[in-house]
Amino acid sequence: MRALEPWVLEPLQTFLAESSARLILLMTTSGQVIAQHGFSRSFEVMTAAALGSAIVASTEELARIMGSPRFGAVVHGGSRQSCMLSAFGTPRGRWIGLVVFGPETSVGIVQLFFDQMVEELVSAAPREPPARLVLAENFEHELHSSLKELFGR
Amino acid sequence: MTAMTAATVALERVTQVPGVRGSLLISAVDGLVVAERLMDGIDGRAIAALAGNLVQRLGRATVGAGIQSPTFIHLRGNAGSVLAAPGANDLVLVALVGLDANLGLARIEMLDAVGRLS
Repeated sequence: MRALEPWVLEPLQTFLAESSARLILLMTTSGQVIAQHGFSRSFEVMTAAALGSAIVASTEELARIMGSPRFGAVVHGGSRQSCMLSAFGTPRGRWIGLVVFGPETSVGIVQLFFDQMVEELVSAAPREPPARLVLAENFEHELHSSLKELFGR
Repeated sequence: MTAMTAATVALERVTQVPGVRGSLLISAVDGLVVAERLMDGIDGRAIAALAGNLVQRLGRATVGAGIQSPTFIHLRGNAGSVLAAPGANDLVLVALVGLDANLGLARIEMLDAVGRLS
């Protein structure tokens, strides 16, 4: 497991232990990767981060068109593995969690412990603002720099 | 009778048993609530996720041991019990009961109700 901010690690480890999820990626809506577990190559993280943030943006726009509040989560169910995407607010801004899980667990378990992880992240987050703000126009640059830090290349 | 009406009737019957604090119909595979009839303050979502997981694992364990999947599960705690009756289509009828509950009657009603759902 790798994380750019150390206070993220404990809630993330608890979530993985409780939910039996296979992969997790935490990122900001601007594409900065905060933490990941289970991905072996930076290319996979880059693709997942780009697709995940795009899907969340699409669902939030869909909700706006429908005149409803934001969707809580998007779940893609599969026979061998499933994927859940959920955006949530933190003192550090709006983040997205992408979770991949298999038939050894269930969407109910993943959602239950994901919500607990979000509560833990919100209470553990430092109250001071991050050193630098990430803007949407810097998406690609921020994605590359966070991947470099996470994978060390 | 629609599927949802049948589910509501099943929950109604189980909840009427003395000592039963609430009941839910859950999907064991997804761990999600299909229908519920619970007292305020009971987190149905958490019960569905955890009870669904328990039923799935017990099913795998018994099949692995070469015996049939359980038809009724009784998880006894200090303050009460969780009862679960697996049915067709991966549905599970779950009841939360207090220490004073009539467990025998609850068991009969649950098995009968879950049988009618299939």
